[in-house]
This record gives sequence, structure tokens and C-alpha cells, in this order.
Amino acid sequence: MQNKAPAVELRNITKRFGSVLANEGVSMEIRRGEILALLGENGSGKTTLMNMLSGIYFPDEGEIFIDGKPVVIRAPKDAYALGIGMIHQHFKLVDVLTAAENIVLGLKGRLDMKKAVRKIDEICKAYGFEVDPKQKIYDMSVSQKQTVEIVKVLYRGADILILDEPTAVLTPQETDKLFKVLRTMRDDGKAIVIITHKMHEVESLSDRVAVLRDGRYIGEMRTADSNAQEMTNMMVGHPVVLNIDRPEPVNPRLRLEVRDLTVRSEEGILKLDGVTFSAYSGEILGIAGISGSGQKELLEAIAGLQPTERGSVTYYEDSGAREQLLGKDPLKIQEMGVVLSFVPEDRLGMGLVGNMDLTDNMMLRSFRRGRTVFTDRSTPHHVAEDVVRDLSVVTPSLSTPVRRLSGGNVQKVLVGREITQAPSVLLTAYAVRGLDINSSYTIYDLINRQKAAGVAVIYVGEDLDVLVELADRILVLCGGKVSGIVDGRRTDKRQIGLMMTRIGGGAHE
Amino acid sequence: MNKSREPLFHITKRGALPWYAAWGIRGGAVLLALLACALVTVLVTGENPLQVFATVFNGSFGSPRRVWMLFQNLAMLLSVSLAVTPAFRMRFWNVGGEGQMLAGGLATAACMICLRNTLPNWAVILCMVLSSILAGAIWGGIPAFFKAKWNTNETLFTLMMNYIATQLVAFFIVVWEVPKGAGQIGIINQSSEIGWLPVIGSYKYLLNILIVAVLCGVMYVYLNYSKHGYEIAVVGESERTARYVGIKVDRVIIRTMLLSGGLCGLTGMLLVGGTDHTLTTTITGGRGFTAVMVSWLAKFNPIWMILTSFLLVFLQRGAGEISTSFGLNQSFSDILTGVILFFIIGSEFFINYQIHFRHAKEG
Amino acid sequence: MFDVVSFIPRAVVQGVPLLLGSTGETLTEKSGNLNLGIPGIMYVGAISGTIGAFLYETSLPSPDALNGFLAVAIPTLACLAGSLLMGLIYCFLTVTLRANQNVTGLALTTFGVGFGNFFGGSLIKLAGSDMPYLALSATSLCFRKTLPWAQTTGWFGKVFLSYGFLAYLAVVIALVAGYVLRHTRLGLHLRAVGENPATADAAGVNVNRYKYWATCIGSMVAGLGGLYYVMDYSSGIWSNNAFGDRGWLAIALVIFTIWRPNVGVLASILFGGLYILDVYIPSGMNLAIKEIYKMIPYIVTIVVLIITSMRNKRENQPPASLGLPYFREER
Repeated sequence: MQNKAPAVELRNITKRFGSVLANEGVSMEIRRGEILALLGENGSGKTTLMNMLSGIYFPDEGEIFIDGKPVVIRAPKDAYALGIGMIHQHFKLVDVLTAAENIVLGLKGRLDMKKAVRKIDEICKAYGFEVDPKQKIYDMSVSQKQTVEIVKVLYRGADILILDEPTAVLTPQETDKLFKVLRTMRDDGKAIVIITHKMHEVESLSDRVAVLRDGRYIGEMRTADSNAQEMTNMMVGHPVVLNIDRPEPVNPRLRLEVRDLTVRSEEGILKLDGVTFSAYSGEILGIAGISGSGQKELLEAIAGLQPTERGSVTYYEDSGAREQLLGKDPLKIQEMGVVLSFVPEDRLGMGLVGNMDLTDNMMLRSFRRGRTVFTDRSTPHHVAEDVVRDLSVVTPSLSTPVRRLSGGNVQKVLVGREITQAPSVLLTAYAVRGLDINSSYTIYDLINRQKAAGVAVIYVGEDLDVLVELADRILVLCGGKVSGIVDGRRTDKRQIGLMMTRIGGGAHE
Repeated sequence: MNKSREPLFHITKRGALPWYAAWGIRGGAVLLALLACALVTVLVTGENPLQVFATVFNGSFGSPRRVWMLFQNLAMLLSVSLAVTPAFRMRFWNVGGEGQMLAGGLATAACMICLRNTLPNWAVILCMVLSSILAGAIWGGIPAFFKAKWNTNETLFTLMMNYIATQLVAFFIVVWEVPKGAGQIGIINQSSEIGWLPVIGSYKYLLNILIVAVLCGVMYVYLNYSKHGYEIAVVGESERTARYVGIKVDRVIIRTMLLSGGLCGLTGMLLVGGTDHTLTTTITGGRGFTAVMVSWLAKFNPIWMILTSFLLVFLQRGAGEISTSFGLNQSFSDILTGVILFFIIGSEFFINYQIHFRHAKEG
Repeated sequence: MFDVVSFIPRAVVQGVPLLLGSTGETLTEKSGNLNLGIPGIMYVGAISGTIGAFLYETSLPSPDALNGFLAVAIPTLACLAGSLLMGLIYCFLTVTLRANQNVTGLALTTFGVGFGNFFGGSLIKLAGSDMPYLALSATSLCFRKTLPWAQTTGWFGKVFLSYGFLAYLAVVIALVAGYVLRHTRLGLHLRAVGENPATADAAGVNVNRYKYWATCIGSMVAGLGGLYYVMDYSSGIWSNNAFGDRGWLAIALVIFTIWRPNVGVLASILFGGLYILDVYIPSGMNLAIKEIYKMIPYIVTIVVLIITSMRNKRENQPPASLGLPYFREER
């Protein structure tokens, strides 16, 4: 192993947010000419740690060395001066400005857009990017925006690049392109950190892996000397045996029939294209796909939150009576007597109200009950008590605003409330995202119990290992189309992975 | 390592502060503000500070008439503040209380003038109540409609509506002016007293005060215990969550602003029909704007608003008294009000944020 | 008959305070600060200038000893200092202490109008005037000095050359502000701060510093609008509340120009014209209708506001973070 001078050295970095310890005594190195994968579960403190390098946060304790010299990074400006550039998961771009204006934002000197455009073109040529400097950001696709972010960092002469989950929003083709660029930059002698939790990306791209868990530094290894299993174990903290129960569906009956569902976004982009499938009671239908393949639109269309272009969503009651759900809002669906529970992806922005306490959040679903103009607070209060007890939610009290709870507890509150409705259809989107292993298993268990109770569960997931073990059938979305529907007991990760990137993907049902 | 380059302190958001600590900070800010005001006053007048405070107190409580005036002013300010609060809870910045009040006042005056010879007194009053609420509701409903449909900026819209209302009132003042060319209406129906709200016993202001007291209680219950109040809170916190649970956001925005505007209009009626019995473009006395501050300072809680509006009215009347007894002009009270508001506004920072001094920790 | 040659100069002098006010407010709003204290700031600017002029005039042994340069410089500096202080109060509360902008702005207006009327009233008393106003005619003459050819070039002179220096300065400030916002790095950074402070911050722009500078400069520019009103438009006569609701009209003008100061140059004259239209439109004995004409500027502003929100063109929207405080470590 050749010895490379560390570009960055972190020593004993600690950062707290109120009472939450985000990072504790982290020490690690970032080297030039190397791609380092920073691995860890959600909430393990990866992003916080890197944000301290890029000047967004200031560490409570600890020291940072760049090329062996101690430095203080108080603001992003300081980070740029030291050659550190970070590409955030949520892009930091000003929508109404052009690509070029965004790229030169924050620099000093006279504003010379012509010169800037020339330099941008040079960078693009050197690494093979395609950027129209005059294009406004709001006209761009996600991957174009990411390219602008990378060019922006390179434009400032950054030679230490940090990418926070850069592939979460990209198609496989775009991912491949990005990786090629990153390798070119590494060979150029730049230090690159990529934050991710996708094992196959780590294996194919990185030279070295560093693992964080619960805000602490666990260890590092050379990618070539390790494998996905070892990394996962380090990440989670104990050998992971993903063993999820999958009882046989009992007496499955047709519950929901989706036909030719087509959704166009406000910008006119086709998000769902002729999606057709059925969901049965007592069964878990898994939905797989690259992030942004139409999962959100699919669930929201069923829940009555998404305007659709055409298609139908038919609900079948046990008696065989049919109800058309499409074109009705959540209130109408509820009034028809269809109990549809929905655990959305954005828990605090959609499923719950962060500033309200547990009782008031329980009330979101039930506040209309009763004939008086007044709300009934005692029932939701009892529901909150039950949820806290049954799901072992950790909270100071029932009158704590839910935004103060940890991610896992927030999700338990949300799932708990949705299940309390005794639904006949349960929609969940990324139900275990950001949750630790124990909370995740609590959620799997809850979902399985719903299945046993005869609920038709639609489970959108990102972890294929889980999908393959949990779901009875798996529908794979690819660019808004149904790539295929496979039997969960007779498929594997590889097959689904192929279907996610290519329609059909070689599946035979 | 060069320590001097580190930031001296940094700021973090606090967790919840217990309510008594929060109100302690606010109380401290009020005390500091009073000291600052006393200082300013002493500098301007050269009187001794105790004398100044005594004068302030005297301005509000010096005589039964002053106490009545205090409560009348309190009632009017509280009434507008209660009216704008549902909108604020919804994060709809209704700074159009002035215009909505004027619209209500205009409708009231119109009823008093146009119907005085055709309808009995009770019917005129009924028309006044209904038409003032309707006028205010229209004035508040227009910006709400555009906010709901096209997300038109409501702060700027309601602000502009104020001046349209002012000009409309100015127009009708010229139409109705008595005598012609006077540029003012004068007391409406002075002899017949048609459309004057009834006086309870000999207490001219009591009816207004009672109405507002009831309104305050009703508003508290409405906001905290009714389904509408809950919907307003959810829409204010997150429109997406509101849609998710089937709340029709457009409808809630428009409904709430109709209510908010309508109550502002009713306040205009109380001013025109209950106390002033005339209509001017300045009859609102800037209460529509002061209400924004009253409501915000009370964290949009109707009960706390009694306290914050009392504080502002008390200080305004006290400062007014300072002006008269020390021979200053009336605008002095606005300066003091401003100073006090700055202190209270600034104190919110210490409730929501915490300052950490770096060197203190290392020592 | 509608007399254009006499109408335009009158519209212009009505428009100049609005132009200065709206240019100042545009700069402020571009940084994401919705400063509803502008009406108060313009009052303070006006009274500070008046106090400066009053002190200078009364310090002179005789009116003939008036030095033209000092007579202009002292009130102008006093006005700038007064409005700067107002801007600093606003910034300290909303930027440093992250207070609610609407509430702070309204409090600042209460304070500013009170400040203006209090000191205005005190000055009137000090001057021992029997009338409810204070006249500083000598100073005003210096402010109102027109360009030398104004009288000799006929209608051209009347329409273009017959104004005091502050009017031309207002146009220059508006054009410079427009240029800076569109074509310089400062402007780019300022726009970014108002649109998306987190992004600007991550790019290395000092958000708080930009907010402070933009708001304080904006306040001073707006303050000059107040000074112009007293010294030029009213011929040096201060009377309480005379300034009226022009501050709010200036805020309306910001919306009307869709946040473009250079558009404000013509738009302010249009607004000024609408403000005095009642004098020029023959309404016979119907005085009431004049009040309706005065409504027009506000109505057109609302129409512009509605149309821009309906068309939803990204460039014509208010700055995206307008009215919101910024805290970097927000989670």
C-alpha cells in the first residue's frame, strides 16, 4: 500500500444538537488520489461530520488538520479557501439564477460572466460534463443540477470533494457517468469522499471505507480487502441476520385494482405511465425501484393526493361491491367508508405536524368525528397512550412536540396512528428509512401483523434484501412503468436490480 | 493553534423553555423597556423618574373616566387583535385589519345615514351589524381568494387593501359631508341617535367592553377546541399535512379570512356605532397594525392577548398623559410604544435561542 | 384642457419621494428583508434633515450668511444618519435577533412616525411659530436650485431640467441600483441571499453582512425620499403628518415594478401622476371623485401582484425567502 499524505485529518470531533450527540470523538483521515466511502446507517452522523468540514456546522470539540496544518473552518468560505468542496444531498442552488451565476456565486472580484462561461466550458470538457451555463436551474433535471454542483466545486479549485449520497436521485446510467468522472478526478490526484449506504456502490467505486455508527468512528478498511457482509456488520454493530417472517397469505381477496394509472408532474414530465396491478387482502405487495421512479406518485394517487391524467383505482369490498377511488380526495375516500392508511415518505412534512404534540397528531385522522363543532381530545389522548405503550415510543410526555422525538420514534408514532385506524389498505413509503435495526424490526412486525389481520399492504422500499424477505409479491417500477411483478418467494435481489434499470429485466412470471 | 480565530460564541436553537421562564424573559424585557422609556422621558423632560411613572399610572387610572377610556381602548384593540389572530394562526399575514375595520365602519355609517328615515332603530342596528361583518369579510376575503388560488402574497395584498378602503371612506365622507364643504361628516344622527348602540345604564363603553370580552372567550374556545380551529392550526403548520388528512386548504384559507375580516368589520361597527358615532379615515387609529403586534406578542393566544393589549394601551395612555402634563406633543407616546416593542420583540430571541460562549467552556 | 407640460413636472416631484422609497425598499427586499418600517424610516429621514437644517439656520447670525454647500450637506448628512439608525434597529432585531419581520417593521413605522411628529411638533414650538408648521425657506432654496437652463429652454426645460438635485440623484440611484443588482457580483450575491440564504451561505456569501448592508443602504436611500419631500416638494415646510401614506405607496411601487429599480424611474412618475390626477381631470364640482382617483395606484399595484402570481413566472416573483429569518444551524 503506497503511503499518501493525508489531505484532511480529523481529531476527536464532537458535535451536539441540543441533547442529541451527532458526533462523538471522531478521528479519521482523508487522502489524496483516493476515493473514500464514508459508510453508516442513516442518523450515524456522516453528513453532520462532513458538514463540519464544509463549514456548515462548527464542531463543539476537536481539531481539523489540512495537509498537516491545524485549521479553523468557521464558514463555507473558509472551507473553499482550503480547497474543500461539498456536494450536498439537497442541492444548494438558487433556482432563479443560471448555472453560470450559481457557479460563480460567492467568489470575489469583478463579475465577468463571459470569462466564467469560458472556464466552465473548459472544466466540462476536461471531465466530460454537459452543462449549459445560461440555463436557469429551475429548468434543469436532478442530474443536471448535480452536475452544476460538481462543476461549481471544481470551479473553485477544490481538490477535496465530498459527495453526500450523490446517487440517491440518479438513474443507473447517470450513476455510471458520475462514477467515471469521480475516478478521473481521483486519478487527477484529488481527495474524494462519498457518503453512501449502498454496498454495491462502495464495492465498485471506493478505495477505502470508513464506518460510522451512532456518531462514533468504528473503523476503516481497504475496499479490496473487505466485502459487503463485513462492512454491513461494522455499520450495524452486530452480525446482521435479516430474517423476517413471511407467513403465507390467508384467504387473499382482491382489494385494490389499479388500471392504466398515468400521472404527469406539473412540469409536464410523465411520472407514472400506464401502471396496472392488483393488491390482495392479507398480502404484502412490495414496490421496488430506483428513487424517483414514480413510487411517491403511485401511493399519493391511490390516497387521493395526486391529480392523475388517466386510469382507475378500484376498491373491492368484502361483499364484492366496488368503489372508484380515483378523482376523490382523502376526505371523500374516508366518507365512503374506505379506511386507507398511508405512511408517507416525508414524515414530519406530510404525515405529522412537527410542532404539535402526540395527542394532537393522533387527532389528525380523527378530528372530524362527532357531531359537535368541537374536537374530541380524549380519544386521541388514549390512542396516543396506547401507541406509546404498544410500540415503546420513547418520549418525555404525550404533550411533547413530535419534532423533538428521534427519527425512529417519530415513525412509530406515525405508523401507530395509521394502524389504529384499522385500515383495509395500508400504504407505506420507505417505512424504515433512517431507523435503527431494532426499530426497523418493530415496523416489519407491525406490518406483518396487519397482513395477518387481512389488510392489503403496499410496501414501498429501497432495501432489496428486505423486500425479498418481506413481500409476497414485488412490483418493480422503472421510469414510471411497471417493469414486472415477481413472486417474492421465488426471486432474488439480482433479478429485481436488473428490472429496476431495464423494463422487463429478464423476468418471467 | 491560534485560538483567537475561533468564533467567540455561537448560537444554537433552544429546546422548549418552560412557560414561566419564557414569560420571565418577556417580563424582564418589559421592565428594561420601561426603564429605557423612563430614561428617554427624563432626558426630554428633566423630571424625576418616579414622577414620570406616577404620571403614566395616572394617565390610565387617574379618574373613573380615564379608567373607562382605558378599558374602551383596550376593548377595541383587543377586538381587532382577536379578529386577525385566526389568520395568523394559519400563517396568513393579515396586515389589512385597518382596511377591514374601515370597510365595516363605512358599512355602518352607510346604514345609519341611508336607513335612518326608513327603518326603526332596532332594524337599523341589525343592518349595521350584518353589513359591517359582510363588508369586513369581503375586504378580507378578496386577498384570501387570491392567496388560495394563486398563492398571491397576502402581506402586500392586505396592505394595499387598507389604502383602497381609506380612499373609499374619504370618497363617502365627501359625499355625506355635513355641512357641504366641511370635509367631515360630524356626529351622525346626533338628535335622533338612530343606529347608536344602546347604552347600558350610564356606562357609555360598557356594551363594547362586554361584547369584546365575550368575543375573547369565544375566540379562545374556537381556536383551541373547535374543529375549525384545529384545521387552521394544521394548515398553518403544514399545508401538505393538511391535504394529506383531507383538509381542503383553499376553503380553510378563505373561510378563516372571511371570519377574520368579518370580525374586523364588526370592530369597525363598534367604533362607529358604539362610541364615535362618526366616520373618519383615521377612526381606526392604527389599531389594525398594533393588533399584529398584540397578537404576535401573545403568541396568538386570545387570553394572553388581554395582557399584551392592556400593556400597549396602558403605555399609550400613560405616554399620552406624559405628553400633556409635561407639555410634549402626543406623538411622544408612539416613540415610547416603539421603544417598548423593540425590547419585547428582541427578547423573543433569548426565548428561542441560546448563546454559547466558547472561552467560558474552556475555562 | 389637459396640460402635459405642467402635468409632468408635478407628477415628477410627486414621484421622486416614492422612487427613493421604493429603490430603498427594493434593495432591502432583495436581501430577503420585508421592511414594513419604510414609512417610519422616511419620516425619520425627513425630520432628521429638518432638524439639521433648523439647527444650521438658527445658528446663523443672519439669513444672508447661509453657505449653500453647508445648507445642503448638513441636512443631507443628518437625514442619512437618522435613517441609517433606523435601518440598524431593524437589522439588529430581524437579522441578529431573528425577530419576526412584519412585527418589527410595523413597530418601526409606529416609532418612526411618532419620532417625526414629536420632533416636528417640538421644532414648531421652538421656532415659536403661530402656524402649525415650520418653514425653512432658505435651506429649501438651496435644495430646489434647478439646472441653469431650466428657464430658457421652454417646454424642454420645464419637463426635464426644472428639478432640484435630489430628483436627479434619485434617478441616478435607481439606475445604479438596477445595474448593481443585475450586472455585478454584489448584486448577484444579494439576489442569492434573498432567494436562498442557505445556498448563498454554503457558497461563501456572508448572509448577515449582506442583509445588514442592503437594509441599511436601503434605509438611507428611503430616508432621502423623506428629505426630498420636506426640502424640495414642500419648499422646506414641515407640518406634522403631511407626508401621509407615501411610505406605503413606495412599498406598493416595489411590487408594481416587480423588484426592478430602473423600472421605478418611470413607474414612480406614473404613480406621482396618478396621485395628482384628480387635479387635472375635470371633475367639475364633484370633489368626491378625486378620492377615487387616489385609489388607482393601489388598485394597479394589486392587479400587478395578482397577475404576477397568476402567471407564476419565476423571475417576477418576490424574493423566495422574503420575510423569513435565516439561521444556519436550523435543522
